[in-house]
Amino acid sequence: MKALSQKRRHPLAAIALLLMGLLVTGGLYAVATTVNQAKADTTSFNASDVGEGGKLFAANCATCHGMGASGSQAGPSLVGVGAAAVDFQVGTGRMPMQMNGPQAYKKPAQFNETQTKQLAAYVASLGPGPSIPEEGLLDEKGNAAAGGELFRTNCAMCHNAAAAGGALTRGKFAPALADVSGKHIYEAMVTGPQNMPVFNDANVSPEGKRDIITFLKQIEANGSPGGADLGALGPTSEGLFVWIAGLGVIIAFTIWLTSRTS
Amino acid sequence: MGNHSDGSPNHSGTVATAGQNEVEKFQDPGIPPHRLRLADTDPRAAKRAERQVALLFGISVVGTLIFLVAYFAIDLGDGSSIATIRLQNALLGIGTAFAMLGIGTGIVHWAKALMPDHEVSEERHGIRTEEDRLAAVRIVDDIVEETGIKRRPLIRNTLLGAVALAPLPALAVFGDLGPRPDDKLAHTMWAPAGGKLKRLTRDPDGTPIKATDVTIGSAFHVIPEGLNELHEGKLNAKAKAVVLLMRLNPDSLKPSAGREDWSYNGIVAYSKICTHVGCPVALYEQQTHHLLCPCHQSTFDLTQECKVIFGPASRPLPQLPIAVDAEGYLVATSDFHEPVGPSYWERDEHERTVNS
Repeated sequence: MKALSQKRRHPLAAIALLLMGLLVTGGLYAVATTVNQAKADTTSFNASDVGEGGKLFAANCATCHGMGASGSQAGPSLVGVGAAAVDFQVGTGRMPMQMNGPQAYKKPAQFNETQTKQLAAYVASLGPGPSIPEEGLLDEKGNAAAGGELFRTNCAMCHNAAAAGGALTRGKFAPALADVSGKHIYEAMVTGPQNMPVFNDANVSPEGKRDIITFLKQIEANGSPGGADLGALGPTSEGLFVWIAGLGVIIAFTIWLTSRTS
Repeated sequence: MGNHSDGSPNHSGTVATAGQNEVEKFQDPGIPPHRLRLADTDPRAAKRAERQVALLFGISVVGTLIFLVAYFAIDLGDGSSIATIRLQNALLGIGTAFAMLGIGTGIVHWAKALMPDHEVSEERHGIRTEEDRLAAVRIVDDIVEETGIKRRPLIRNTLLGAVALAPLPALAVFGDLGPRPDDKLAHTMWAPAGGKLKRLTRDPDGTPIKATDVTIGSAFHVIPEGLNELHEGKLNAKAKAVVLLMRLNPDSLKPSAGREDWSYNGIVAYSKICTHVGCPVALYEQQTHHLLCPCHQSTFDLTQECKVIFGPASRPLPQLPIAVDAEGYLVATSDFHEPVGPSYWERDEHERTVNS
């Protein structure tokens, strides 16, 4: 204690004290917010969520989806689509749509987590539908091999065997699946957003969906062991690379071989 | 060629010069004057080129060392991840590339910059002189004479016999390409066996599907019951029998005459094999009800019994007639009513027999 009291007039003491204060405040705040987040992740909604969600819906979504989400010429009815559909469409920024087109694009989300949850609560209150998946199904600890088999049977024809995405008809496309959260992948499977078919729990079991997510995260983390995957688009990008870069190098060597040295 | 170089009038058919008194002859421009290289005149340039060649060979040495280090130092034991394999693959590739290119480019540069570069022309000798021809004839005559093939008919005849028989094993080998497929392409595993209708089961695990499992907007990838239990020809059977099962609003299906009972409450099953060249058509858009083939973009409209609405396919996808059995599982009431997949020579004939 004597040493401490002696050093309290040290020119750096004020800075050290300030740093300590900031660290303690920041640490406490971080703990407090993670506690809040843990609460926000639960799928049970309360009455105030539904009420707030109704207000947000009337202000932002009702133009197309109609008051009471009963649908209109511009947008489908949302009765019975479930909380999972809202969490996917709003959470990935696809809804509200920026403009009409063949397909809604992924973009920065317009609503924060609380608002998304409130909207989901409101839509879920209109009729029973798929709910937001539990944490246990998103832990990426399933069987990646089984997930790969399910993925190649059910998903790869549109999303590409390496999940790099692919084209559909008339401007529509299946997006690449890298950087998509496990929760959104799960929700897309159970709700079938836009032109994607629904893969309900009778088709691909929740355990199978967990395996698929595990597989996708695994191939994303491992990358391509054979070198640059060139977008994993198959013969188009690989052929283009070989014809331009490969032949280019061969031609350059040929020119060098036959030229005279100065 | 030698005959024509003496300047005598040319009586072979050189039409271009006919009518001209004097044949315009191509003058051999000879070898261009020899130009000295920098390394030939300047000893410092020669020294520099020497160092460059040595540097290229040195790069090759470094490349080999990179390969060896990557091969032996990177541990691919049980605990290593795919990222480690990727690192090793990259280093092995880079090492080999530098090792080979270093030697190759070094030798070329050496030859181009330092080795003598005198240009030499070698005269071509005339071809097919009479002596050469006679010499060749003599050789053949010698062979006939020395082998005595004319004098020894026993040897000649046995040789002819041996050569004539030698291709026979090939016939046996090519025979293994058979037997002829006959009408195998016209039938699939969906045909009821022993009076029992085949259930529709999930690909890949083979569990049966209840009609209530298939909600609107769903797409199921389906294989016939018993496919996974096949010991032989499983892939061939699967390639013909795979089916896509979808449910849409029953009002949007407008079945044609004779197909009214081929669907169940809006659940329809169609062959997944494209009628163009046989790719799996499984890209289902649940809002437009289009099925797209990923190979050549043939598009089929589910609401019009998979009529082709775009692309090179010429026939709709074959529909599998389905119903529900006593336990609520989906079953195929019969095989496809036409051969699945792309056209083949006997297809029309097979289609007639399948439907009769």
